[in-house]
Amino acid sequence: MPRRKRLRKVVAPPGFKGYKPYGNSKHKKQFVELLYEEYEAIKLADYDLLNHLEASKLMGVSRPTFARIYESARRKLARALVETREIRSIFGNAQLDGTWYLCGDCHARFTIPVHMTDHVCPICKSLEIENIKTK
Amino acid sequence: MKTVITSKGNNQKSLFDLRFGRAGWFCLIDNETGATSFIENDQAEATGGAGTKAAEKMVELGVQKVISGDFGPKAKDLLEKFNIQMVIIDDDNQTIKKIISRLNN
Repeated sequence: MPRRKRLRKVVAPPGFKGYKPYGNSKHKKQFVELLYEEYEAIKLADYDLLNHLEASKLMGVSRPTFARIYESARRKLARALVETREIRSIFGNAQLDGTWYLCGDCHARFTIPVHMTDHVCPICKSLEIENIKTK
Repeated sequence: MKTVITSKGNNQKSLFDLRFGRAGWFCLIDNETGATSFIENDQAEATGGAGTKAAEKMVELGVQKVISGDFGPKAKDLLEKFNIQMVIIDDDNQTIKKIISRLNN
């Protein structure tokens, strides 16, 4: 039995469900599945311009594993472009990083679930809150 | 909306409990009516899985906000999954009454 895959930390899921090519003559139903962690790898390495070691630490995996995820991501994107395939984002082995906030007035730490729209401190209703990262 | 504060005892004069899974009591507050009730935590002395059980209880009670001193990794994951807001305050030696009054200000 292979060793289980460790969950990869993903700070924010991709803001899309997929990408579709247009202007191509033959419509193909085939698509490539871009995993959340592969999206995150592309984002960290090519958008945030981190080196692989820093990026791997953020995702909670080893540097070689990060390189494998990144390589797989690049190959999928290349395949989608060359073969004019649709890209779909799939959850994969991701663990979404919960975001914590700190109140500047009463020093309470708290999370804001997705359904809440008002970004205020739940204790003192202060607007002086800032985003912090905890493990 | 319901809020839970972890407490060491079963009345408003009791101290705030910094632990979540192994807190002595849970103080349940109904934000609309302001009514409070205390629920004993039967997992306080458990050897394992207290955080998970406590988080499940929060879901069962339909709580939307939990105030405690710290949350273990399993409790954190569960509460996050059910969109329950977690609030961490560090200062102990605070009574439940004081925290409630801070909430209402």
